[in-house]
Amino acid sequence: MSKNLRINNKQFVDETRKLSFVFNGKKLYGYKGDTLASALLSNDIHLVGRSFKYHRPRGIMTSGSEEPNAILQIGNDDALTEPNVRATEIELYDGLICNSQNCWPSVKFDIGGINNFLSPLLPAGFYYKTFMWPASFWGKYEYFIRKSAGLGKSPTKQDPDMYDHRYMHCDILIVGGGVSGLIAAKIASDDNKKVLLLEDKELLGGSLIYDDNDISKIDDQKSSEWLKKLIDNIKNDKNIIIKTRTSLAAYHNYNFLLARQNLTDHLSVNDRNNKIRQRLYKIRAKKVIISTGAIERPQVFHNNDRPGIMLASAVKKYIDYYGVRCGLENVIFTNNDSAYETALSLHKSGTKLNAIVDIRDNSSSEIVNQVKGLGIQIYWNHSVVDTKGYKRINKVTIMKLNDKGNDVIGKKIELNCDCLSVSGGWTPMVHLFTQSGGKLKFDNKDNIFVPDKTNLNQLSIGSAKGDFELDDVLKNSIKDTKKFLNIENSNFDKIDVKCSKEKDKKNIWLLPSDKPLSKTKPFLDYQNDSTAKDIKLALREGFKSIEHVKRYTTTGMGTDQGKLANMHALGIVADTTNTNMGDLGTTTFRPPYTPLTFGTIVGRNVGQFFDIFRKTPMHDWHVDNNAKFENVGQWKRAWYYPKDGETMYDAVQRESKAARESSGILDASTLGKIDIQGTDANEFLNRVYTNAWSKLQIGKCRYGLMLNEDGMVYDDGVTTKLGENHYLMTTTTGGAANVMSKLEDYLQTEWPELDVFLTSVTDHYATASVCGPNAKKIINKIFKNLDLSDESFPHMSFKEVKLGNISCRIMRISFTGELSYEINVEASYGKYIWEKCIEAGKEFNITPYGTETMHLLRAEKGFIIVGQDTDGTMTPVDLQMDWIISKKKYDFIGKRSLYRSDTIREDRKQLVGLLTDDPNEILEEGAQLIKDGNKNPVDMLGHVTSSYFSPTLKKSIALAILKEGKKLKGQKLLVPMIDKTIKVTVSDTIFLDKENERING
Amino acid sequence: MFLINCPYCGERDQSEFVSGGEAHIARPKQPTELNDDQWAEYLFMRKNIKGIQFERWNHAHGCRKWFNVARDTSNDKIEKIYKMGEQPPKL
Repeated sequence: MSKNLRINNKQFVDETRKLSFVFNGKKLYGYKGDTLASALLSNDIHLVGRSFKYHRPRGIMTSGSEEPNAILQIGNDDALTEPNVRATEIELYDGLICNSQNCWPSVKFDIGGINNFLSPLLPAGFYYKTFMWPASFWGKYEYFIRKSAGLGKSPTKQDPDMYDHRYMHCDILIVGGGVSGLIAAKIASDDNKKVLLLEDKELLGGSLIYDDNDISKIDDQKSSEWLKKLIDNIKNDKNIIIKTRTSLAAYHNYNFLLARQNLTDHLSVNDRNNKIRQRLYKIRAKKVIISTGAIERPQVFHNNDRPGIMLASAVKKYIDYYGVRCGLENVIFTNNDSAYETALSLHKSGTKLNAIVDIRDNSSSEIVNQVKGLGIQIYWNHSVVDTKGYKRINKVTIMKLNDKGNDVIGKKIELNCDCLSVSGGWTPMVHLFTQSGGKLKFDNKDNIFVPDKTNLNQLSIGSAKGDFELDDVLKNSIKDTKKFLNIENSNFDKIDVKCSKEKDKKNIWLLPSDKPLSKTKPFLDYQNDSTAKDIKLALREGFKSIEHVKRYTTTGMGTDQGKLANMHALGIVADTTNTNMGDLGTTTFRPPYTPLTFGTIVGRNVGQFFDIFRKTPMHDWHVDNNAKFENVGQWKRAWYYPKDGETMYDAVQRESKAARESSGILDASTLGKIDIQGTDANEFLNRVYTNAWSKLQIGKCRYGLMLNEDGMVYDDGVTTKLGENHYLMTTTTGGAANVMSKLEDYLQTEWPELDVFLTSVTDHYATASVCGPNAKKIINKIFKNLDLSDESFPHMSFKEVKLGNISCRIMRISFTGELSYEINVEASYGKYIWEKCIEAGKEFNITPYGTETMHLLRAEKGFIIVGQDTDGTMTPVDLQMDWIISKKKYDFIGKRSLYRSDTIREDRKQLVGLLTDDPNEILEEGAQLIKDGNKNPVDMLGHVTSSYFSPTLKKSIALAILKEGKKLKGQKLLVPMIDKTIKVTVSDTIFLDKENERING
Repeated sequence: MFLINCPYCGERDQSEFVSGGEAHIARPKQPTELNDDQWAEYLFMRKNIKGIQFERWNHAHGCRKWFNVARDTSNDKIEKIYKMGEQPPKL
C-alpha cells in the first residue's frame, strides 16, 4: 500500500484478521469486517467496471444496495460463479475472487470505450431506431449486439448450493434495523408483542451506529453510544427475533412478505461445506413497520460519473465505519447540510479536504458553522460544471450560479481532487410501501415522495417516511409507533435529542453548465448510461408518460432499479414539461427490491423434489423388470418393458401380440376411483353421465361419458354398482382430481338436496388387469372356487371374493377388447396380487404391458382416450358416440349444449379412422390432414390423434379428427410431412373385431 | 397472497383455495326450456368489474367446501365471506 488510506483502530473492522482476495487477477488484502468495496478502496482501487453502453470507466459510488457501478463477477467456478454482485454489499472473505464485467480485454483498457467517443451517434432509442431495417438482417445484428451488451456471465453448471424456505409469523415485522426500527422494536416488545426485526447488513444500527460528531446527542450521550446500549438491550429481548444479513425482497398484499437471508456468502469458501447458502422467509405479519431509511441522491452535472466521484454519505461511512479514506485530496459538492457531516469526518480523520462547493447562498446551521470554524474553504452559490481524469477524477471545475440558478457565470475555478463527495439530498426508500399497494404523495419542501395512503396494516417511520433530522426521526418514530400499536406510554417518552437543524434548502435537478446540453454528459442512470439529454430527447420525440420515458431511455432499468437517479429523471421531466412532480407520479417499484438468486426462489424444490410424483404399489416390480416410465399427471406409469435391447416399437409390438394371442397384464392402479354412497347416488349418476343408470343392477358395471356444461367430453370411465346405494366410479388417470372437484361442486352448490357422499379412493386400491384369451385360465388358477362361466360372471359384471384374508373386487371389464379381469385389492396387497398373477400366468406367457401397448390395443378397437383423441372441443356426437346419449333423460350435465346452433353443425370436426395406402407407413400423431396440396393457403381439415402399427392386423392404423369426417368415409386424403406426402383413406374407427367376439375369449 | 377466512376451518393462506369464478349464477332448473341465447347467457357470460365482486371459492386443500366471497377486485380486500345458499350481502 503506497498511499496511507487506512485509518487504524476502527471498531467495526478487525485488523487482526487479514484476508486476501483477488481482483482482476491481482492479489490484494483487506480485513474482516470490510466489504469488497471498502477493501478495494483501501487498495486505492476506484475503477471497477465499465458502463453498459459507452463503456466509460466507472468506480465505486456508494456503500449500499443502490450501487450502480461496482457490480462484479464473483468466483471463477462454472457452477458457483455469480454475476452482477454489488461490491458494496458483499462482505470480504478469505480467498474471494472477483472480476470486472462488461469490458474487454480489461477494465483498464476496454475496446468498447470507443462508444464513448461515438456517443453523439448513440442517442436514446439508438438500437430501436437503427436495427429496424431491413427486418431480415436482425439475425445478423443480434449476435454482435448481444455480445457487446449484457453484464456478467451466468454460471453454466448446475448450482450445487443448498437453499431453504421457511415460514414465519409475527405480531410486528420491522424492516430495517436502524435507529427508528430499533426504537419501534423495543416499544412493541415492551407491549408484549412478538417482533421480527430484519436488517440487511451484518450489524444493527444503521447509519447512526458509526456517527462520530459531537453535535448529535441523545439523553446527553453521543448518539452512537446511546444506540449501542439500545442494541444490547434488544439483543437480550426474548420478544424480538433478529435476522441480520436479511433483506426484504417483496411486500405483497395482506402483509405477506418475502425476505432473503444470506447465511454463508460472507464465509470463506472452505467454511461453506454442507451449509445452507441462503434462506427465503415467507412472512405473515399482523402489522408491518417499514424503517428502511433513505438513499442519498447524487447531483446531475457534466461528467458526474468518473471513478472517484462518490456519494458524500458513502465517503463518510468508508471513513467512520471501515476506516478507509476514499481519497487524499477531497472536494465536497452539496446542496444540503448532510454533506457537512462528511466534512467533519474527513477533518477528524486527518484527511485533506480542499473545498466544499455548495449551490446554496449560505447556511447557518450548527454543523455548517462548525465546519466554517475549521477554516475549510466553502464556495457558496457555486456549481461543478466539469470534472477531469479518465480513469480517476483529478480535477473539478466550478462556476458561480446566477440568481435564478439556471446558468453559470463568472470565471472557472479548478480544484484538485482525487475524490469528489456529492450530495443532492435524500430519497426515502418507499419501494416496499408502494409494492404493497400504497400510494405516495409529493413533499414540495424536501422534493421527495413520501408514503400516503395504504389499505394494509402498516406504518413507515424514520427517514423512510421523510424525517431526516435526528430529533424528527426519533420523536416521530416514537409517537407514530405508539399510535400504530395503540400504546399510551413508552420508555422513550422523555427522550432528549440534540442535533443540527437545516434551515436553508435549494434543489436543482439538472445543474446548469457553461456548455450547451448537447455537448455534455450529465448522467442519471449510471448503469444504463442514460443522461439528462436522453430524457429531453424522449420528451421532444413525444414520450410524455413517465413510464414511457423510462422504457425509451432505459432510465432506472438496471440491476439497481434506478435507486439513485429516478428522482432526477422525474424532476427533469417535470421541469421540462412544466408539470408538478406530484402530478407526474413515479414509475412502478417492482419486487424484488434487490436481485434474488434463482436458488433462493426455488429453495429445496429442485431435482427429484421439483414436483411430487406418485408411484403405484407395484412400482418396484416394474423397476425390477426393466420398465420405462412415462408421466401421466403426477403418476409414474410403466410405459413399456424392453427386453434384450428392444426399441420401444419392438417392445410394444411384442407386448400387443402377447396380449391378443395369450395374455397380458397391466398395472391399472392409477385410474381415478371415487366411492359414491347415498340414497340419491343413482340419481346423481343420471345427472352427471350422458347415459341412463336407473336400471343398472347390483354387481354390474357400466361405461359412462361425462360432459362439461358446454357439451364437450370431459371424462369417461366404468362405474360399478357395489350395493343398493353404493357405487365405485373410475375416471381417467389424469382427470381424477378434476372430476372429483367438479362433482363436489355440483353436489354442494347446485344439488345440495341430493343425499350423496363422495370419497376419493384412488390411492386406497391397487389394480391388476389381466387380459387375453387365456385370462380366464389364469384367474381360475388364483381364485379356484370362483365360477368364471359367462352365465355367472358375464362381461361388465363384478364379484367380491376372498384370497386368503385379502378382499378382492374383480371387475370383468375390457379396454383392450380382449376377455379381461381387473382385480382390485387394498393397496398394500397390490404387489402381492400382481406377483400372484405373474406366477399363475407363467405357463401362458403372461406378458406385462405398459401404457403404450394399452393405447395400441384400445385404438385397434376404436376406444377413445379422453385428452388424446379429444381436446375440449369434441362432443359425443363428434366422436360418433351418439349411442351413449340417453334420449329419455330430461337433463344431464351438458345436455342443453348438445343442440346449440354450433354443436349441431354437420361440418364440425369428427372422429374418424385412417388407413395409410402403404400399410407399413405409420403416421405421426399431430400430423395435419389436407385434401388438395396445391391450394394456397391449404385448408387444414384435421389432424391425427392416435397412430400405431397393429401387429395383429399387420398394418398401420390411426384415429384422427376431421372436418365433416362422418361424410368422408372411404375418401382419399393427404398427410403432408416435411419430406413427403402420405396418402390415406378415411375409415371406420373400429379396426379389429367389430363383432366384439374376443370379449368372451 | 391473501388470507381467506374459510367459514368451516378459519383463516388460511390463499394457496389452499381455488377460485370458482362469479357467484350466484344458478344452473337453470329446466335447461330445455331455454333458447340458445338464454342458455349462452348462463353458460358463458361472466362479470369482470373493478370493485366488489361476488365470487365462489373452494377450500380445495382443506375441507373441500365451497363458499361465497365478496372481494374488491381493485385491492383484493375481502369484504364478506358467507356460505353457499346464503343471499349476497348488501355492500
